[in-house]
Amino acid sequence: MSLHPLAIELLQLALLLGLAPAFAGWVKIVKCRLQGRTSPGLLQPYRDISRLFIKDVTLAEGASWIFRFTPYLIFGVTVLAGAIIPLVSTELPLADTADIIALVMLFAIVRFFTALAGMDIGTAFGGMGSSREMMISALAEPAMLMAVFTVSLTSSSTSLTRMVEVMSRGDFTIRPSMAFALIAFILVALAETGRIPVDNPATHLELTMIHEAMILEYSGRYLALIEWAGMMKLMLFFSLGIAAFTPWGIATSGEPLALLAGAALFILKLLLGGVIMVLIETSMAKMRIFRVPEYLGSAFLLATLGMIAFFILE
Amino acid sequence: MTLMLLLWITLLAAVALAFIGDWKYAPEVNIASSGLTFVASLSLALQVYRTGAFLAGGNFFFVDPFNVYLVVLTTFVSMTTAIFSRRYMRVERSHGRVGPIRMRFYHAMFQLFIFAMLMALLTNNLGVLWISMELATLATVLLVSLYRTPTAIEAAWKYFILCGVGIAQALFGTVLLYFAAERVIGEGGNALLWTNLSQVSSQLEPTVLRLAFVFLMVGYGTKVGLVPVHNWLPDAHSEGPTPISAVLSGLLLNVALYALVRCKSLVDGSTGTHLAGNMMICFGLLSLLVASFSLLRQKDIKRLFAYSSIEHMGIATFAFGLGGPIAAFGGMLHMLVHSLTKSAVFYSVGHASQMHGTQEMSKIRGLIRGNPPVGWGLLLGVMALAGMPPFGLFASEFLILTATIKQMPLLTPLLLIGLAVAFAGLFRRVQPMVAGMVPPWQKPIKAANIPVTLHMALVLLLGIYLPGFLSNWFQLAVGLLK
Amino acid sequence: MSHALVVQLNLLLAALILLTSFALLVQRRMFAILHIFAWQGFFLGVSTAIIGFATGVHHLYLSSLLTLVMKVILLPYILYKLILKLKIHREIESMMNVPTTMMIGIALVIFSYHLTEPIRQLSALMTRTTLAVALATVMLGLLMMVTRRHAVSQIIGFLAMENGLFFAATSATYGMPMVVELGVALDLLIAAFIFGIFFFHINTTFDSLDVDQMAKLKETD
Repeated sequence: MSLHPLAIELLQLALLLGLAPAFAGWVKIVKCRLQGRTSPGLLQPYRDISRLFIKDVTLAEGASWIFRFTPYLIFGVTVLAGAIIPLVSTELPLADTADIIALVMLFAIVRFFTALAGMDIGTAFGGMGSSREMMISALAEPAMLMAVFTVSLTSSSTSLTRMVEVMSRGDFTIRPSMAFALIAFILVALAETGRIPVDNPATHLELTMIHEAMILEYSGRYLALIEWAGMMKLMLFFSLGIAAFTPWGIATSGEPLALLAGAALFILKLLLGGVIMVLIETSMAKMRIFRVPEYLGSAFLLATLGMIAFFILE
Repeated sequence: MTLMLLLWITLLAAVALAFIGDWKYAPEVNIASSGLTFVASLSLALQVYRTGAFLAGGNFFFVDPFNVYLVVLTTFVSMTTAIFSRRYMRVERSHGRVGPIRMRFYHAMFQLFIFAMLMALLTNNLGVLWISMELATLATVLLVSLYRTPTAIEAAWKYFILCGVGIAQALFGTVLLYFAAERVIGEGGNALLWTNLSQVSSQLEPTVLRLAFVFLMVGYGTKVGLVPVHNWLPDAHSEGPTPISAVLSGLLLNVALYALVRCKSLVDGSTGTHLAGNMMICFGLLSLLVASFSLLRQKDIKRLFAYSSIEHMGIATFAFGLGGPIAAFGGMLHMLVHSLTKSAVFYSVGHASQMHGTQEMSKIRGLIRGNPPVGWGLLLGVMALAGMPPFGLFASEFLILTATIKQMPLLTPLLLIGLAVAFAGLFRRVQPMVAGMVPPWQKPIKAANIPVTLHMALVLLLGIYLPGFLSNWFQLAVGLLK
Repeated sequence: MSHALVVQLNLLLAALILLTSFALLVQRRMFAILHIFAWQGFFLGVSTAIIGFATGVHHLYLSSLLTLVMKVILLPYILYKLILKLKIHREIESMMNVPTTMMIGIALVIFSYHLTEPIRQLSALMTRTTLAVALATVMLGLLMMVTRRHAVSQIIGFLAMENGLFFAATSATYGMPMVVELGVALDLLIAAFIFGIFFFHINTTFDSLDVDQMAKLKETD
């Protein structure tokens, strides 16, 4: 018996929507443990989101349609991206509609509108956050694309499902290019998802915040959507990393048992990835914003080195 | 075994002088050791003259007419430099520029340098050739900074860094050479032996050798002082003690060129084209032109003659690049007479700057009246360097010019321009220094006159009459280079 | 170890050596540079030993040991002591354009790749692909010597270049003849003593190890 591909697609989306807050909670728990604090628990993000949904929206006076439209767009595009990345199975009908480059562009759209919304109100913080965000993304996106290209060289395809299939089928080989690409990917992903050392998601200190500065004016259900989309984005970057670099164990058919095993393995990898990220975050200090170009430059360099290593050594 | 004797004498002298280098008679020990090596090298040359090229020390050493003439030259110049340095360093010591420890160091490193040069010339292994070249650099680096002045340290650092970089390229070239040789000769140390390589040079892979030669050219070219990798040379010559300038110019550059020429004949044998020769022509001509124009701008007397060395090494490189019997003959003769003349000039320059307490040319005046041997030595040396007859450099430059007209007539004007500008550049500066009244700041010193006289006499002799055995010898060497 | 695995391991080590070369190029802190240099020597030594194991060329073990002793222990230790003694361990090099340097570095890597093309085609050795990395290491060491203004980092560039040359010898020909390798090691050791002496001279004469201060000798006009 095999599940219909559309059912798999829907299952995957449900998994994403449902698990994203829990994953954010998991990251927080690990972080609190490491720093010797008491954690708010796995369910806190769910409570936060539902609280925000109940609350009323306070709109700034000068808010235009862009400001009101952006949260829905962000949420929608993030869900769409989630429908493309294979999480538990490669049998995804929507995956063929967009390759990995289009995926990077989807995230770019999210950034673009967030920045627009940040400037829409006309507050100082919003503008500052937007300009910083654009600076970072202008540097992060080439590095991201370079890392992704390096991975796609191995499978000679930019389609995500194809990459996953090639990676999970092949024998174990040490590939220097993949190692470089992985490090580059981690560096960029930390920047893209706004983690330490580039941005600190927990701070509202005006001098350092980037992402929080842009969404400072949001409240109520708008903020809930943005927060939820942000959690999904974090999880999606992990899923992308898992799919591109360690897809072993992913289901290649619609068998329920294989799907179950795939999902279990996926969650396990996710939990492990969260721990690794927290370790990186706690061992690093947030860098000055003027050092960020250098940081992202290194990521770009690493990705390029990976590409060169592919041609030279493999 | 004279060959082993040659190397052991210098090495033992280096070790001994490291301990007794500040002893009253240390300069005499230095002279004795250099004299002994000279005698040994003469007997080695005689052996080659009688029996032809031979291998020694189980393939490790190889002596043929080409390198043995450079061995004789090296030991001869080292001997005369040792004689010169006895007086010169005594003056420096009395001026308080060097202390006892540095004298020990100076003497030991001088002998170690000669050892490295002889090793580079005599070894049959291209890898060991590289090692010896590097050792020669290392031995002279600290001699350049002997005076510990800021400029001396700067010059030595530049020398160390630039030559280190350059010589590293040569090692990469050697690795490539080994790679090509291994495919023909097989694994193991034999694949880097010159005698084996030259036998199979036609079977070596041309693409690899071409690449190897580019690296070897840059690497050894740095040590030859070819433009554009010549920057270390004027600094190192001007800031070190004068005896060291004399041996750097007279010997080190020659040995580096020797290494390059050896490599070139391998590459020629493999590729069958004139690529290596053309590269050497380009670099040689460029060095000649750049150096001769730089001569016009110099103020420091030792820098002036350092640029003159670049110029003459350019000419020799050009000659070897041209190839063919006449040019190669001219190139060899040029190496010989240039090192004799240049070291003689440096001896005079050393004394001249000691007399005036400065190396600035505008302060050096009235040498002929103040100290006739030094003044005449400088004047005659410069005349020889400028290529005036009847000195040996005229003969060699004339040969090279003839070969150029015959083989590459289009390059003749460039060569002539270079020579003419160098001529003007040297005379413009030297004429006021030797002529005129004695300035009040000039101090009399006890100069060492034997080395200059000896060198200039030889240069004159080689210009008027080339002994039969020497020209036979060169012809043999030219035959080897083909 | 199977042959394929050995080749892969060697490739990985080559990639790591390349990575350390780049890290050296952009690292500013003295001790960090030293650590990276030691790591590079370590990767080099391990790679040499692995090649020796896989090919049965046993003198490579000796080369590997020589590398490990010289470049992982001895030279870094000497430099470490010198840095401490000269009290420059807190110095941070400024005046460095990291992105441009990196771009030049990448261009050099591609250049090396093209330069070694004929050799890759001729060679049948399992290490032939790493020759490009070796040449790149040489070039990057050169670039480091050119771009750095600090005497210590220039020397490390020099040593990294030497590493590249050693790596080139192992990848092109499974190592030079033993007499040559020993000779090169000896030269390196002498060079280490010389630059040690130099550091003191420069430091006492110029009160700093910044080589930009040494700019007295220019073409006179």
